[in-house]
Amino acid sequence: MPIRKLSAQRLWLLAAYVAAAAVLFCAPLVLSDFRLNLLAKFLAYAIVALGLDLIWGYTGILSLGHGVFFGLGGYAMAMYLKMQASGGKLPDFMDWSGLTKLPWFWKPFEFLPFAIAAGILLPAILALILGYFTFRNRIRGVYFTILTQALVIITTTLFIGQQAYTGGTNGLTGYSKLFGYSLGSPETKRWLYWVTVAALIGAYLLCRVLVKSRFGKVLRAIRDGENRVRFIGYNPAIYQMVAFAFSAALAGLAGMLFVLHVGIISPSMMGIVPSIEMVLWVAIGGRGTLVGAVLGAVLLNYAKSTFSESYPNIWIVFMGALFVVVVVFLPKGAAGLFGQLKRLRRRRASNEGADGVRYPAV
Amino acid sequence: MKRKFWKSGVFVLLALMMVLAGCGKNDNAASTTTNADSAKTDDSGSSSGTSSGGEIKVGILHSLSGTMAISEVSVKDSEMMAIDEINAKGGVMGKKIVPVVEDGASDWPTFAEKARKLISEDKVATVFGGWTSSSRKAMLPVFEELNGLLWYPVQYEGLEQSPNIMYTGATTNQQIVPAVSWLLENKGKKFFLLGSDYVFPRTANKIIKEQLKVEGGQLTGEEYTPLGHTDYTTIISKIKEAKPDVVFNTLNGDSNVAFFKQLKDAGISSKDLTTLSVSVAEEEIRGIGADVLAGTFAAWNYYETTDTPANKTFVENYKKKYGEDRVTADPIEAGYDAVYLWAAAVEKAGSTEVDKVKDAAKELEWDAPEGKVKIDGETQHLYKTVRIGEVQTDGQFKEVWNSGSPVKPDPFLKGYDWAKSLSEGK
Repeated sequence: MPIRKLSAQRLWLLAAYVAAAAVLFCAPLVLSDFRLNLLAKFLAYAIVALGLDLIWGYTGILSLGHGVFFGLGGYAMAMYLKMQASGGKLPDFMDWSGLTKLPWFWKPFEFLPFAIAAGILLPAILALILGYFTFRNRIRGVYFTILTQALVIITTTLFIGQQAYTGGTNGLTGYSKLFGYSLGSPETKRWLYWVTVAALIGAYLLCRVLVKSRFGKVLRAIRDGENRVRFIGYNPAIYQMVAFAFSAALAGLAGMLFVLHVGIISPSMMGIVPSIEMVLWVAIGGRGTLVGAVLGAVLLNYAKSTFSESYPNIWIVFMGALFVVVVVFLPKGAAGLFGQLKRLRRRRASNEGADGVRYPAV
Repeated sequence: MKRKFWKSGVFVLLALMMVLAGCGKNDNAASTTTNADSAKTDDSGSSSGTSSGGEIKVGILHSLSGTMAISEVSVKDSEMMAIDEINAKGGVMGKKIVPVVEDGASDWPTFAEKARKLISEDKVATVFGGWTSSSRKAMLPVFEELNGLLWYPVQYEGLEQSPNIMYTGATTNQQIVPAVSWLLENKGKKFFLLGSDYVFPRTANKIIKEQLKVEGGQLTGEEYTPLGHTDYTTIISKIKEAKPDVVFNTLNGDSNVAFFKQLKDAGISSKDLTTLSVSVAEEEIRGIGADVLAGTFAAWNYYETTDTPANKTFVENYKKKYGEDRVTADPIEAGYDAVYLWAAAVEKAGSTEVDKVKDAAKELEWDAPEGKVKIDGETQHLYKTVRIGEVQTDGQFKEVWNSGSPVKPDPFLKGYDWAKSLSEGK
């Protein structure tokens, strides 16, 4: 990136980001253990939202299958935790499902570095494979989206069916230790929270760099006119595959953090509903802006928790109303609010037309 | 462009502040305000129940939305009724029980989240909740970590015994094992196993297969369908081909409607083929239609028709409170039992502290609607009477067999030699 002069505005922006990061890092001082745990979960979700925004908001690929990548990351971490909890013995669910020996693919998950690498690389590789067969064959738009849904159904059916190897519908739960530290202790939780904040900031910066780079420009060009990009001499498939795989890797990372905070991963977390929910966070927060994706994930989940705690019988109605309001009045999501207000003011002043960027729906 | 980023930066900051402030405020509210909301049963943010003078807070955590809501709402209703009844009689230790209701939303991580909230934020004395095994497995680590106490009201697949859970539904030796023995004696040796694809049917069928080997039964087929599956024509063809004497049905939820209707359409009546279900109770009969199910069997510990004085008042009160068209069923009764057993244990312990309540609950007896039940101190499951019932045309069950006396719970089937390979784990 060329060195630019720091204008007052950029300074303010930088200060705001630093302050936001500081607030996040200091949250344990204010919040109770339970609320901190919730916030940590939301921040993990925000990492998925970043990845989704990268491919949907910037590249124009709508994936309704990110639950799978999230789940794979989650399972990789869960397998490590489960092995730790079993302490050398066979994990309990294998025992009652009739296995007598640890399956070969479980063995390497005894080691944390392998589990972490697998949690990030497995989703990325799966995304690359799916991307290779679709983007190279110029499958895009709705057709690609439908394929991602198929991926979700295949994966969840597989995980539910192979109870002996995956824990079936129950998923994997009942962990106790992470490098010998009790997962339940408040100190461990606080550290995990900080790790999550660091991961989110890292992911955000990485996405930011990517979006600002030439690579990001090509992604946006693909979104706005894939054929033109091809005629200019770029191969869009490569860019799409890389962006999709990167996005899947972020989802895997988020899944790993999620398991550490929540203590369970099950096929229901990688199903169709959570996959669509993830897209909603981005849509509500504002697609095409990284900040919007993060905010969408955090605020929506915060709203969900708050509503369901206060009105356990009808909270779902409130959530629905919130979606409708945002879609109808804020088509660009919460982050688009400022742009909209600004335009309104400007229009009032000079009666000028809209200057927004168009985002194709799919 | 730059201005936009600047604004969005401020926006992030503001939003984060709001989130944190919101969270912080909630916490303060939970610890400082007293009783502001406690009159409303569906509200959560009020004082710490165990310490405040006149009331004890308890959590109720069932799915009030999502696929499981249809079953779990009734259990919530009976638990609320038990709480109201106890309060009307003066409460527990002279204190009023205040329920804090949360929605598990048919989503297992949500169950874990809400359980954590109930214990650590609301500081409830105990929690009544769960239905699916998955939701219980999700809540279990939370209860063990925070030393809470969960009362789980549904029959399940056994092979579990957490020090922080009281199981008031049947384990396998109080439902499935005796049902298989009864079928082998009375209905035939050839079994066909059909179930939904999740942990309860798979584990139940594993147990049944072991049992068939020893008791001289014969397995003619085993099929699983995903939860919510509705097309059973191929499976019915397989059943026709296998010619079993008995179909042992562990399907759950809507699938039962489809399976039984299609079985009837295929011209197979209950006279040609015996089916015994372990997840079809009065509530499900209401949904499927009594005419379709008449003549099929089920194994439970309680039916609405169970003839005990306690049941007469229970059914009467339930219908009076929630409507004449409502029915009671096994899990509904088990949830009701759970509240009374907890209250009795608290009275006996003179405290709501989890460890003291658990100690007091050991060998505690109570005259439940299903008859006498007793908490087994060793396993924290209930002694329960096993009952096999036949569906009548009015949608009620006629009891055709019962175990005579309450059966000792044996979640790991230690009392059965053939089950060794299943229970070796613990």
